[in-house]
Amino acid sequence: MKRRAALVSIALAPVVWGARGAHADEADFDKAMRSFLAGAKPIESRVTLRIEPLVDNGNSVPVTVAVDHPMAADLHIREIALFNEKNPQPDIAVFQLTPMNGRAEVVTRIRLAGTQRVAAIARASDGQCYLRTLDVIVTTAACVEMD
Amino acid sequence: MAAAIISLPAAIRRGDIVTVRALIQHPMETGYRRDAGGILLPRDLIRRFTCHVIEGDARMLAFSAELHAAIAANPLIAFSLKADRDCVLEFQWSGDNGFVHRESRSVRFLA
Repeated sequence: MKRRAALVSIALAPVVWGARGAHADEADFDKAMRSFLAGAKPIESRVTLRIEPLVDNGNSVPVTVAVDHPMAADLHIREIALFNEKNPQPDIAVFQLTPMNGRAEVVTRIRLAGTQRVAAIARASDGQCYLRTLDVIVTTAACVEMD
Repeated sequence: MAAAIISLPAAIRRGDIVTVRALIQHPMETGYRRDAGGILLPRDLIRRFTCHVIEGDARMLAFSAELHAAIAANPLIAFSLKADRDCVLEFQWSGDNGFVHRESRSVRFLA
């Protein structure tokens, strides 16, 4: 019976965490991406998302997003958005690009409160969206909160 | 007053696609952290970054960003720019508590 109790408590653990909830959960992550996509169906191609797979310090994690796409006046990448699965908020940043950029590439540094998925979505001027997700292991989480 | 560092390549040839790096001193306080006494530290974020290209009387938005709490303190934003005209780049960061910081740089070409 002891073992059974342990299993039940494991099964309930995510619910309890969810209820305590300053963390974004998978639903928030998906919701944020759906909201950005606004009905568009993303293709999993063209986007390169570079983050070290094993991060020592979640307070400042270098991120590079590059999209293999023309940057011509009539067809270019208009937006690149970054999302995370488990920080208190799923949004990281939205970058707005123009043909003046010449290349669809951005670099920034982000906070990651623990091991999680990060997603980059690029939206082209023709409305097509491109998606890439990446699993990142974080050994020391960003102190975005203290409970 | 915040300190900001803009970096551009020292030598730019006309037509090059160059990387512009914009770094600014700012805590990017998330609004989720508490101090040692348990008091919630108020949110203090840079929310928006813009880079305009100024060419004569024309002022064109070349690149911009909306930032959230998941951007690390002292935000770094790097992006590309096609250097095909003599121009001035005008950078602006704005955010909570009326935060605004501006910088500008001329794009100079090799002779």
